[in-house]
Amino acid sequence: MKAPVSWIREYAALPDDLGIDELTHRLTMLGLKLEALEAPGDAITGPLVLGRVISRQPEPQKNGKTINWCSVDVGDANGTGDPQGIVCGAHNFDVGDLVVVALPGAVLPGGFAIGARKTYGHLSAGMICSAAELGLGQDHSGIIVLPDEAGVPGVDARAVLGLDDPVIEFEINPDRAYALSLRGIAREAALGFSVPFHDPAERELPSPDDSGYPVQVEDPVGCPVFVARTVTGLDPAAQTPEWMVRRLTQVGMRPISLAVDVTNYVMMELGQPIHGYDRDRLSGAIGVRRAREGEQLTTLDGVRRDLDPGDLLITDDSGPIGLAGVMGGEDTEISPSTTAVVIEAACFEATSIFRTQRRHRLPSEASKRFERGVDPALAGAAADRVAALLAELGGATIEPGCTQVGTPPPAASITIDADLPARISGIDIDLDTTVGHLEAIGCRVSLEGDRLTAVAPTWRPDLTDPFDLVEEVVRIVGYDRVPAVLPTAPAGRGLTRTQRLRRRVGHVLAGNGLTEVISYPFCSESDFESLGIEPADVRRQTLRLENPLSAEEPLLATTLLPGLLRALARNTGRANADVGLFEVSPVFIPTGSEAAPLLPTDRRPTEQEWQQLQKAVPHQPLHLAAAISGDREAAGWWGAGRPATWADAVEVVRSVATSLGVELTVTRATLAPWHPGRCAEFRIGELVVGHAGELHPRVVRSWGIPARTAVVEVDLDLLMRHAVDPVGPRFSAYPVAKEDVALEVAEDVPAAQVEQALRDGAGELLESIRLFDVYRGDQVAAGHKSLAFALRFRAADRTLTESESAAARDAAVRIAGERFGAAQR
Amino acid sequence: MSGPNTEYDPVAVTPLQADQVEAMRDQALAAIAAAEDLKALAQARSEHVGDRSPLALANREIGALPPQARKEVGQRVGQARGAVAQALAARTEVLEAEHEERTLLAETVDVTLPTRRHPAGSRHPITTLSDRIADIFVAMGWEIAEGPQVEAEWLNFDALNLGPDHPARTMQDTFWLEPADSALVLRTHTSPVQARTMLTREPPIYVACPGRVYRTDEVDATHSPVFHQVEGLVIDEGITMAHLKGTLDHLTTALFGEGITTRFRPSYFPFTEPSAEMDMVCFVCRGVDPEQCRTCRGEGWIELGGCGVVNPRVLVACGVDPDRYTGFAFGFGIDRILMFRHTVEDLRDVFEGDVRFTSAFGVEI
Ligand SMILES: [Zn+2]
Repeated sequence: MKAPVSWIREYAALPDDLGIDELTHRLTMLGLKLEALEAPGDAITGPLVLGRVISRQPEPQKNGKTINWCSVDVGDANGTGDPQGIVCGAHNFDVGDLVVVALPGAVLPGGFAIGARKTYGHLSAGMICSAAELGLGQDHSGIIVLPDEAGVPGVDARAVLGLDDPVIEFEINPDRAYALSLRGIAREAALGFSVPFHDPAERELPSPDDSGYPVQVEDPVGCPVFVARTVTGLDPAAQTPEWMVRRLTQVGMRPISLAVDVTNYVMMELGQPIHGYDRDRLSGAIGVRRAREGEQLTTLDGVRRDLDPGDLLITDDSGPIGLAGVMGGEDTEISPSTTAVVIEAACFEATSIFRTQRRHRLPSEASKRFERGVDPALAGAAADRVAALLAELGGATIEPGCTQVGTPPPAASITIDADLPARISGIDIDLDTTVGHLEAIGCRVSLEGDRLTAVAPTWRPDLTDPFDLVEEVVRIVGYDRVPAVLPTAPAGRGLTRTQRLRRRVGHVLAGNGLTEVISYPFCSESDFESLGIEPADVRRQTLRLENPLSAEEPLLATTLLPGLLRALARNTGRANADVGLFEVSPVFIPTGSEAAPLLPTDRRPTEQEWQQLQKAVPHQPLHLAAAISGDREAAGWWGAGRPATWADAVEVVRSVATSLGVELTVTRATLAPWHPGRCAEFRIGELVVGHAGELHPRVVRSWGIPARTAVVEVDLDLLMRHAVDPVGPRFSAYPVAKEDVALEVAEDVPAAQVEQALRDGAGELLESIRLFDVYRGDQVAAGHKSLAFALRFRAADRTLTESESAAARDAAVRIAGERFGAAQR
Repeated sequence: MSGPNTEYDPVAVTPLQADQVEAMRDQALAAIAAAEDLKALAQARSEHVGDRSPLALANREIGALPPQARKEVGQRVGQARGAVAQALAARTEVLEAEHEERTLLAETVDVTLPTRRHPAGSRHPITTLSDRIADIFVAMGWEIAEGPQVEAEWLNFDALNLGPDHPARTMQDTFWLEPADSALVLRTHTSPVQARTMLTREPPIYVACPGRVYRTDEVDATHSPVFHQVEGLVIDEGITMAHLKGTLDHLTTALFGEGITTRFRPSYFPFTEPSAEMDMVCFVCRGVDPEQCRTCRGEGWIELGGCGVVNPRVLVACGVDPDRYTGFAFGFGIDRILMFRHTVEDLRDVFEGDVRFTSAFGVEI
């Protein structure tokens, strides 16, 4: 909402020497936040004066244009008192007109310097200005022609044009609808500086009668008040006066015609949206009702709209003629030839307007005000003000009748403990202050014991709750007076176990040389396809967004891999292929088809309602994913680098599991998007927690990432749920006995199972076991491999003899032999 | 040689004569002193100290002497051998030290060579900043609450006094889930976590809720459809705006340093009443001559977020007795704090996953 300072001052008796910064700061601290400050005059320097056209000589040019060679009286402003010779390309003026002249030495917005220069065969000493050239809106169509009474030639044009009048743009919060008007803003300014406020809505009004234009309101809930006034004999040629054009331009509205401009002006002035109808295009009484199934209306913007039964309509005998409070219809619109106008000033119910506006995507200046709440007592004054202006400026006659249907609903009456503002704000606020401030915003206040009752003014429909009064009192007292007191929380228990474990996992992964990324969880069907994930795969059952940012990515990810691979491809594309990335984020698993209940808000949900709501919220387990590509160890002066392999991915999972104290079983699995022979599946008991390994080469190709990229995805929630707290180990100080064994087994026997067999056979003397070599070649049979293990035996209470450790080794080998036919080499 | 010689004839054992012993000793000492390296010293050692050295041989002759002579001669030879051994040890030490010095010199490397073979990992600055903020709350005795990102519409809006026809609901551009009547959204703030907390715990409640939130903003340098917030909620008896101010001042001081406090401006949020915008003193210029300051763009203050006294309507919907308890709530953007605290100029960097960005922040912030 834009407000020229001069307009604010018209209603608020602000001190003359009040600076703009002081004004905006005070209003900001009252809740009208300064958004921007415009002072068009700041961009203009040098002589800008009024001039009167003495002569105007049209001169056709070779290029087809006609210029005017003018002589302009600029008083003494040019230092000589002689008329100024100026070439002007515009034609919307005549001899005797008062115009705005930029003399040589002036600089206009955009750094446009004015000088005397030779053009079209004349020495043009200055420029006759248009509004756009002075930064006053977009109107390039002609020069500014001022009414005679605006001033005399030679006087500074800045004040005349309002160029020295700063315009404040406020950000108005949705609860302060009254501040969407100069009336409301000036009221706040007067409040802020404790100066008198003159209410522009205070007018002598005629009593409503039956002789006005007929109106029938079928829906008094949707339209509690409807006022209609009629003017006739409007001069269609009447121009909007310069002062009104200036103000409308200042508040960001485009001047159109006198009748339209007056309705807009009064809306800005009072906050009451007004609609004007061409009376001669109305047929019969105006009605207010909900739309019927199948009805249509062509709105002012030329769009034919299907109406919804929830839409509140303005009708006449012909059917719908407007979307009440949102936008008028084309057929009854005021046109340049309109001479009789029916003025509508009504109050419409906020929710209805909000819904219609949203349904038809038709936010307008009117709907913006109605959906936030318009002063229901304002309609009469606003309609009267419009009629009066049309009479004064357009020569119209105000018809005697005054239609008013409905009466403003009574204002809210709110009772609070008188000390509530003090108790909630923590500021020492006495009763007089509370009462004084509530009265200052227009409340009628009465006291009864410790209780205080405030009846809100009609323009504050936002005041409904006790705490609304608290905010009013505290904002006037000043938010800056709230002291700082640190509350004492009861002793807390610190982070939860899951929160601690999550940090631990992050540290372990970073410690392993991986870099964390955060990616968007949006993905597409084609993401799954390029991962080779079949339509039947459970991961293809996704949640879908109703309004995705990109139509290509409407799905919520069930796997972190698409986001991660996109990040990897981005790094690769930026010539950085040697990277290890990880992400810890939830994925989104559809769990039910039940809609989430929309529960009442005037009480706590019942246990059953709460369970129902919980059940409707999809399962969102935290996943851990990683992608490793290029060289895991760099090449350098020390020698060659080491490319990342499937093993690095598997080790990511192992190291995370180890850090959580979780024992995982590893087996080989076949699952997209992994290489069918290089995918490890991890399990806790029978529970699958995730997979790791090399990507399928087809996936690598379609994502444009380095060959042999290895990836990981595990259900981190599941892993963390099985985390085991560390137990202090007991270890022996007796000497170790080392035994190496090499076992020949068939190629398809997994090393982990051979190791498990050795473990099972070795018994409790076994301290550790480590696979240190895998050999294939001449020394072993075809289709076989040799696995070399280093076993360490140690007893807790004695030094093992050679025969003891040898016996344990043999027992280990025997079990391996039994299970896999492993022969010791 | 056999048995002790009882007939003492000193002349008969020439090597044991004093001058002879001294000569042997001096020869040995000279050879030791002359040894230039450990190899030469080993040679000198075997010649003059070894089993076949003159002094060793002389020592063996002592037994042949008559007992009355043994003591004197024994002493003489013993002293000589002692002197040689001592010299040998001293020389050995010197030469070994010299040898080590030469070896070390030869082992000199160029310590300026690059040494990193393994990439250094890093955690995302949003993660570490969230942790840092969480730690500040935990230090005050608060707990950290979390909740789902796909959330029930009722918890994201209605329970927070944002009814279906609340104009403020359009201020938050919401991602809705299919089907349209599923009443599920991607949460637009972490406030539903506050509602969940109130619905599942008894006051007093002191919780902070950091997390990822979503709005339908197109991506640009300062907007992202995915971003991060931390919200705080306190529900207790006698809670006032002063407690809110005290908490926020403590938070900004802990994050930005001594003297960095907050101010309130009246504002509007459906879930709080009274509501305020909070600004903090610019931690770069501290509000002194802010005209040149790029961080606060001449304001002296940095907008931080919104806050206020929990609207009693919210307490009612969440099952908290509004006559007994009051509360405050606040929220601000973690991404925004990251941007101005660490001069990140483009929000896209936060979500693109370029390792050069994340690596710059290491594992702690
Ligand atoms: Zn600053």
